[in-house]
Amino acid sequence: MCTTCGCGNEGATIDHHHASHPYRRLRRAVMPAAHVAAPDAGDRGIRAEGASASGDAAPSRRVRIEQDLLARNDAAAASNRRRLAAAGVFALNLVSSPGSGKTSLLVRTIERLAGRLPVAVIEGDQQTSRDAERIRATGAPATQINTGKGCHLDARMVGEALAGLPLARGGLLLVENVGNLVCPAAFDLGEAHKVVILSVTEGEDKPLKYPDMFRAADLMLLNKCDLLPYLDVDIALAEAHARRVNPALRMIRVSATSGEGMDEWLAWLEAGAQAAADAPGRGVAAPA
Amino acid sequence: MHELSLAENAIAIIEDAARRECFARVRIVRVELGALSCVEPEALRFAFASASLGSCAEGARLEILAVAGEGLCEACGARAPMETVYDLCPRCGIRPLKVLCGAEMRIRDLDVE
Repeated sequence: MCTTCGCGNEGATIDHHHASHPYRRLRRAVMPAAHVAAPDAGDRGIRAEGASASGDAAPSRRVRIEQDLLARNDAAAASNRRRLAAAGVFALNLVSSPGSGKTSLLVRTIERLAGRLPVAVIEGDQQTSRDAERIRATGAPATQINTGKGCHLDARMVGEALAGLPLARGGLLLVENVGNLVCPAAFDLGEAHKVVILSVTEGEDKPLKYPDMFRAADLMLLNKCDLLPYLDVDIALAEAHARRVNPALRMIRVSATSGEGMDEWLAWLEAGAQAAADAPGRGVAAPA
Repeated sequence: MHELSLAENAIAIIEDAARRECFARVRIVRVELGALSCVEPEALRFAFASASLGSCAEGARLEILAVAGEGLCEACGARAPMETVYDLCPRCGIRPLKVLCGAEMRIRDLDVE
């Protein structure tokens, strides 16, 4: 188990739930290959457990590997990206701490885009389908991925979830990652952009405390701005911290509750969706 | 960061190599880990021991080769050591340095039998 956040990848489930099917749940281990014993281990007399080098005089040799630890995820992400580009879909990976208001913002976004853009959603949480149910209540198709002990979505989970979602050319795919400002930063899902959501109640220092996420993102939404009159928080300082970590980061102040900033956010979404629809097969720019 | 996911990826890469290169057991795994990679070496060590159980790398020693952070200032051209990914250029102080090295997290090689 991860000593940082307690994650583990086994036991992730994907709940494809759409109109043509009754509720069903697919349960599978996400990384079955990780624990397969070497095919010929038995032939060489290796003990099944606790194998160690002690007392073993077999000659050793060196094997060069030179592979990035994220190589497999990156390959799966590239496959997702090709698929989304071919489908002309604008895909975003929404990342934040738990409680930043991601799901409320998503719900409000989908409601405002009704009749303008087709939207499909992939929801990532450790447990429950509550978020996917909230999305489905808006009429948008949503697939829930439960990561079990896992603290982030990976590209393979998203690839499997894509299979059950209707993807319309010129439409949006919004992937709501597990609430976590650390782990999802490293895992490319095949999105066009990571969008980081920071709620104003979280204070000014989050971009400096969790710089990897703010560096990985192309857009920051400062959510819950309707609460600013009640808070002792310097929002310009939060923005300056984010800009220090990532000078190219675009920022929009929004409130899912009051609707502040939503027009600018929706215009950004529509421009991205239009670009993705106009460039079939050529792909949408990967995050730097 | 989720060192367990990375450890599981490492085991998958090693298992692929075991099939390709026909070895049954790994003695040493050498991993390059950059100071700016946001991987905690001790957490990776712990996760690797857990993820390797039942694989050909069970019991293998994980050697972590630290790679120092170094960056380039795109404004003035200075090169400087980096402690964090958002270190400003120590010469002109205008922009964060661009990471040249220190972001590595890769398996370099294995000692196998």
